[in-house]
Amino acid sequence: MAAVPLLSAGASITVVLLTVLVINLRLTLYSASLAPHFRRIPAGWKGLLAYLLTDQAYAATITPFDDGETEEPDKRWYFLGVALAIWVTWQAATLLGVFVGSWASEGWSLDFVLPLIFIAAVVPAIKDRTTGAASLSAGVAALFCVALPLNFGLISAALVGVIGGLATEMILGRSRP
Amino acid sequence: MSTLTLWLAVAGAGAITFVLRLSFIALLGRIEIPIVLSRALRFVPAAVFTAVVVPLLFYVDGALEVSLGNERLLAGLAAALFAWRTRSVPLTLVGGMLVLWTLQILGQSL
Repeated sequence: MAAVPLLSAGASITVVLLTVLVINLRLTLYSASLAPHFRRIPAGWKGLLAYLLTDQAYAATITPFDDGETEEPDKRWYFLGVALAIWVTWQAATLLGVFVGSWASEGWSLDFVLPLIFIAAVVPAIKDRTTGAASLSAGVAALFCVALPLNFGLISAALVGVIGGLATEMILGRSRP
Repeated sequence: MSTLTLWLAVAGAGAITFVLRLSFIALLGRIEIPIVLSRALRFVPAAVFTAVVVPLLFYVDGALEVSLGNERLLAGLAAALFAWRTRSVPLTLVGGMLVLWTLQILGQSL
């Protein structure tokens, strides 16, 4: 989505693709985080699940997966169900936006739904002091990293958060597995 | 930008994000990841989601804005409270939007 204003501003294709690459580096973190849960599934499944991997699909599945609420053979189906529903809704909503988007007014601040979705995702992800420290350090870093070029701020702040979590874990000792 | 370049950009962007998403999901099972990395993965959700949200709440038109005049920051904090108390995504979305709209109306009438 960050590429859309660049495209309308007539940026070069290199800048557009580089921006897409950098801003989506977070997907690599999602991929790494989900990978242990999809370790033993066939390659076709991996391709399908990766294709359907979105911020929302990740947010909705990683907490139950990490908490061990879902058995491994069921995880692929659990993820497929969640991610497919989100993917279909995404496509339908995009079409809707194309046709009636101009009718919705900017004064409604509907873009605020985006941060709200991430807020709804981050709260259950903060489970203890170490994950809290990860969130806090990522948040503080994000305030300072905004100015980094090509949207490098997002991935930088995320990595600072992960390191902050690890450091806190080492200081406190492992609180919960 | 010509129509062809536009399609190339869209196709390229799609290919790039697919490779990023597939990366570790495809690799794991063939290679083992170091212990420290697997421990780090536990912090990915909290870190990434916070890194996405914070600039959207604290920055208004490209400038840091920490004040009671920043409606999005206040509505975001309220939404975090809803999310914590209710653990419900729909309630967080509806509650956050209602708080934002209320603050915007109040801000206009002052």
